[in-house]
Amino acid sequence: MLTAIDLACVRGDRRLFAHLGFTLESGGRLHVTGENGSGKTSLLRMLCGLSPPEAGEIRWHGETIARQGDEYRKAVLYLGHHNALKEELTALENLRTTAALSGVAVEDAEGVELLGRVGLAGREELPVRFLSQGQKRRVALSRLLWSTSPLWVLDEPFVALDSAAVSWLADIVGAHLSGGGMAVLTSHQEVEIPAGRAQTLRLSQ
Amino acid sequence: MRHSLAANLPASAAEHGGLGAMRVLVAVIRRDLLLALRRKSEVLTSLFFFVIVVSLFPLGIGPEMALLRIIAPGVLWVAALLAAMLSLQRLFAADYADGTLEQMVLSPAPLGLLVMGKVAAHWLVTGLPLVLIAPLLGLQYDLAPQALGILMLSLLIGTPLLSLIGAIGAALTLGVRGGGVLLSLLTLPLYIPALIFGAGAVEADISGLGAVGHLSLLAALLALSVFFAPWATTASLRIALE
Repeated sequence: MLTAIDLACVRGDRRLFAHLGFTLESGGRLHVTGENGSGKTSLLRMLCGLSPPEAGEIRWHGETIARQGDEYRKAVLYLGHHNALKEELTALENLRTTAALSGVAVEDAEGVELLGRVGLAGREELPVRFLSQGQKRRVALSRLLWSTSPLWVLDEPFVALDSAAVSWLADIVGAHLSGGGMAVLTSHQEVEIPAGRAQTLRLSQ
Repeated sequence: MRHSLAANLPASAAEHGGLGAMRVLVAVIRRDLLLALRRKSEVLTSLFFFVIVVSLFPLGIGPEMALLRIIAPGVLWVAALLAAMLSLQRLFAADYADGTLEQMVLSPAPLGLLVMGKVAAHWLVTGLPLVLIAPLLGLQYDLAPQALGILMLSLLIGTPLLSLIGAIGAALTLGVRGGGVLLSLLTLPLYIPALIFGAGAVEADISGLGAVGHLSLLAALLALSVFFAPWATTASLRIALE
């Protein structure tokens, strides 16, 4: 269970939001909406523990995330605006390094199979810089396939994806939620996710 | 398929103790070495810089062997410091720009360990080549074989120290505009002890005093920075990402 209590965020001398709170239970998803610059990414980075909140507290199963350290980092998967891919490395090498960073060993054969499932069959050995934006995003999204983290924090996951990939991703997130996972996501597109109890959090200035 | 794969994952995820940590370290070093292999120009820049700077002095000063022998340790060591500086700025910059650094901070593995992996790869790519080519360059300065050996040894202990200290500076100047100059201003003063004991070891050997004292102090500095540099670097990286 993820609980946010009375969160505030200040960027420069501007207050982006204050007194923000929500509770996300197992199987629930939270859509964060709002205009550009309303603090969606700042909120998501806060929820991952990348930046401390200006005020308030974030709790994971009742305990402050700042005190949990790697226990919490194991529980969270964060997919930001950046794909965190190395342009010079191939899709397969990128996938294996990302997996190793999360403490998961992925063999070459498994990696090829995973990339096939995100629609990159035959492009595993191509340096990522030769891939299109959408294909790069697919490589980054392949993390969702082997993730064991219960909480997914996805910042604009649908950007640059074609409609087939959008519905594929919605299904993956849906499966994660039906399996008892949680998801926090921002999106400017209306996407139908087939499972989970939805909440919407609107950030306004 | 999702579930069958997920089912055999916890085994590998669970052993995130000793063995798992080693695997993460190896993965980071392996990735950075692969990247260095694909961008050869970056690696060769600092090596060629070192070779050229060291070779310019004998050309400028002329063939006065006695003088060259005296300045050799200082010139070689200063050139090594500057060559190490050249590549420092890129140590974390690319990872910062493409989001990999965020993922490293969020990795369940200790960030200090990942930083050690990056520093180790940086040393293998930019420090070790300097150590290996130094004796060849020392010949231009008419150094005796034993002094060449001490020079190599002092650089072998000293260059990892340069990478470790440099990582602190690189992390502190991450995302700062004009960070390159600031990085030099921050890091070069911190390199002074390494320079004194490193060049001092070779000088002491040439003058017959024995290099053991200097080398021991250099090694002590290395041991100290292996403990403290990753800690300072991680703290700076976390601040840079906030």
